Amino acid sequence: MLKIGLIKKAFLVFFCSMFINLAFAQADNWQLNMFKGVTPVSRDIYHLHMIAMLVCAIIGIVVFGIMIYSLIYHRKSKGHKAAHFHDNTRLEIVWTIIPFLILLGLAFPATRTLIKADNTERAEVTIKVVGSQWKWEYFYLDEGIHFYSNLSTPFKAIENKVQKGENYLLEVDNEIVLPTHKKIRFLVTANDVIHSWWVPELGIKRDAIPGFMHESWARIEKEGVYRGQCTELCGIGHGYMPIVVRAVSEEDFKVWVKAQREKQEQWNNLQTDLSKQRQMTRHELMSLGKKRYREVCAFCHREDGTGLPPMYPALKGSSVAVGYPISRHSLMILNGSPGSAMQSYQYMFSNEEIAAIVTYERNAWENNTNDLVQPIDIAKLRVTNIHQPKLVKKSKLGGLK
Amino acid sequence: MNPDITIDTHLDHGPEQGKGFIGFVKRWLYTTNHKDIGTLYLLLALLNFFVAGGMALLIRLELFQPGHRFLDPNTYNQMTTMHGLIMLFGVIMPAFTGMANWQIPMMIGAPDMALPRLNNWSFWILPFAFLLLMSTMFHAGGGPNFGWTMYAPLSTKFAPPSTDFMIFSVHMMGISSIMGSINIIATILNMRAPGMTMMKLPMFVWTWLVTAFLLIAIMPVLAGAVTMMLADRHFGTSFFEAAGGGDPILFQHLFWFFGHPEVYVLVLPAFGVISEVIPTFSRKKLFGYNFMVYATLCIAILSFIVWAHHMFTTGIPLGAELFFMYATMLISVPTGIKVFNWVSTMFRGAMTFETPMLFAVAFVFMFTFGGFTGLMLSLVPADYQYQDTYFVVGHFHYVLVPGVVFSLMAGTYYWLPKWTGHMYNEALGKIHFWLSAISVNVLFFPMHFLGLAGMPRRIPDYALQFTNFNVIVSIGAFIFGFSQLLFAWNVIRTIRAGQKVDGKVWEGSHGLEWTLSSPPPYHSFTVPPTIHSIQ
Repeated sequence: MLKIGLIKKAFLVFFCSMFINLAFAQADNWQLNMFKGVTPVSRDIYHLHMIAMLVCAIIGIVVFGIMIYSLIYHRKSKGHKAAHFHDNTRLEIVWTIIPFLILLGLAFPATRTLIKADNTERAEVTIKVVGSQWKWEYFYLDEGIHFYSNLSTPFKAIENKVQKGENYLLEVDNEIVLPTHKKIRFLVTANDVIHSWWVPELGIKRDAIPGFMHESWARIEKEGVYRGQCTELCGIGHGYMPIVVRAVSEEDFKVWVKAQREKQEQWNNLQTDLSKQRQMTRHELMSLGKKRYREVCAFCHREDGTGLPPMYPALKGSSVAVGYPISRHSLMILNGSPGSAMQSYQYMFSNEEIAAIVTYERNAWENNTNDLVQPIDIAKLRVTNIHQPKLVKKSKLGGLK
Repeated sequence: MNPDITIDTHLDHGPEQGKGFIGFVKRWLYTTNHKDIGTLYLLLALLNFFVAGGMALLIRLELFQPGHRFLDPNTYNQMTTMHGLIMLFGVIMPAFTGMANWQIPMMIGAPDMALPRLNNWSFWILPFAFLLLMSTMFHAGGGPNFGWTMYAPLSTKFAPPSTDFMIFSVHMMGISSIMGSINIIATILNMRAPGMTMMKLPMFVWTWLVTAFLLIAIMPVLAGAVTMMLADRHFGTSFFEAAGGGDPILFQHLFWFFGHPEVYVLVLPAFGVISEVIPTFSRKKLFGYNFMVYATLCIAILSFIVWAHHMFTTGIPLGAELFFMYATMLISVPTGIKVFNWVSTMFRGAMTFETPMLFAVAFVFMFTFGGFTGLMLSLVPADYQYQDTYFVVGHFHYVLVPGVVFSLMAGTYYWLPKWTGHMYNEALGKIHFWLSAISVNVLFFPMHFLGLAGMPRRIPDYALQFTNFNVIVSIGAFIFGFSQLLFAWNVIRTIRAGQKVDGKVWEGSHGLEWTLSSPPPYHSFTVPPTIHSIQ
């Protein structure tokens, strides 16, 4: 009896230590357990997970223990004769009730944590997260900040042509910066298909559903960088839309907000001010175009421009990419094509980038049109062709007076 | 005409259909015999097992190392989709239907299934359904690439044209399943030998009866859901599109209303097989037969009110999350009863460990482990961290591979001597078992770690910290995959030749099928047997 108890204890200690000790390490190559995380909810989830695992381990030890015992001792080869019992209603009732009680014990902490995780009231910062194929877009609703967050791992690393960096596939061009010790509410939605916004260390996973918005919240208690990924299959680029959250102190956050606003204003001005457009050389256009094409366009239109027809049309020899006017080609990138997977890139790409991509697409893969498109051409299109949606005052419309 | 002669001419083969290749084709194409059709189902399942298994190995090959290696992301997505669809609809379901066809008439003392022609039709729809499904991979734009769960709108507005073929193929599989289920229900309810009361039915028959009712209830829902997909794709409806007043989540509700009972469609017959195998090799009656039946019914009923636990992260309201969490947790009670009863059956038995028993014991261990992770997944807050990660992949593969597939192996080794009249090669069977049992854990156990450490499922490439475990998983996958060739080899060898066995085959065998010769006569029981004591 003592021996079995000892073994049980040793097993438990081993089991727990195996998981607890490794839970704190960062980017551990042998990480075995869930992240404890840096928010109250993620910590509660972690504890719930540990309780559930412990309960399962104990049930497992008892059930498997009895089973292994009979596997060893109740063998025919050991001369064991089969008993004849085959029914015991009392026993059946006992092993119906005991699991039920165990489940009740699990249901309490689970319910408590769930109600806590669900309470998004009194948030101090509100962030809208929008998923689209295959990037995340963030709106700081009160601060008036908006940016895209794209994978920044070089294409060559994915193709195994250069050494993979430490944060391979978990790095982005624009990180989402958040203040610590503030209740942050996330409003999660999507533009095209269903995505899912998951940052393990924040304890948040919310599906981003087109046309619907769902909430979640976090109060980050420790400064640092937390990485996550899209967790709902959303097409070809599903594995390539990471999330990087940088949690900073409140002061740093304010500084960042100010800088980000200025940066954004500058960017907007640069895109629409015709006098500020730079003249680019053919080489500049082609190399920038090739880079951005591979990072963003090549998922659908393929590296060799053949696309995946009929879903994603080929650009090689296509009427858009070799035909005229060139503005049709540029506008396709600026405005997208409604009703298809081609989305609008006007806020994601600068004039230089669009000019470069258009130039690249018109000259790569034997398209050889020899056309050069300059940022100024794109800026003109922006100014003339893009109309901001007008605010409609319903009270001023005839029928509603 | 002397009736004896009529019986005699049909004793071990069907009516003559001509000679040569045409005769061979007609013999199998026209057959209405439950054993022939059972064999066809099982062979189709075996073939599909290697096709879908090959796809899994391609997935594991791509994930062996980080970086883009063999498959481009679109092909990768097609592989995950097809692997899932074929394994469920093309391997597990036909395999169990094949076993049901072979076993149910023999177990209840009937000459054949109740509706033999329907039986023929149910089977012969399937090869065409799978040809249609697999043809999609050669279409322009590629095959379905949105996962076997086919979530809208990725599967409607953003899907390749070949999706329509997949939808039609799902319709065909649904028709086949519904007809097969009707047949099984009709057989069990009407064709039992006198004295074979419902509470004397072997567990395998009971579980299949419940499964058949589940199938009839859920297959039309799936058919409806995919038809709505079709309408959204081509007829301008907006069932699943918010812009037109629909809701993408509606698809998930419909799909999982089918999908969750479907899980039990896969696993209940597995419970049945295990409940046959364990008593035989423990030389002891199944413990708590009545409670096993009640537990089966309980699981089946509960399976209809837990579907939204696949959708905890979609933002369903708090009340719904709580309800579905509690309902899901409840399922572990009847499942627990089953496990406790199996253990009690073994307890103080006189066990021997032939290959079927080895697989059955491994089933109890590893299925229970899958059940534990299932219980963890039912806790909504924890599910926020598990959902759509490799933790879930690990969970359901534990339930389906060392769970359901192992029960198929156990059932095959157990009944193969009865079906063929030949003993399989025991040594080869044991090698197959140990290779499978070890490699399946190397394959699926580390997946839990990957999921907890943050690796989402269905990604073709991963961050560097996931490399170690992915390497281990891939190695396990290849050993497991190639070990199954031993199984195919053993089965084929046993069909063709092998040591002759008597009717009883196993020392501890119990039940009507073992009172027949091995192989059994063409029309299993032409005279209803008398039931003395079953179980």
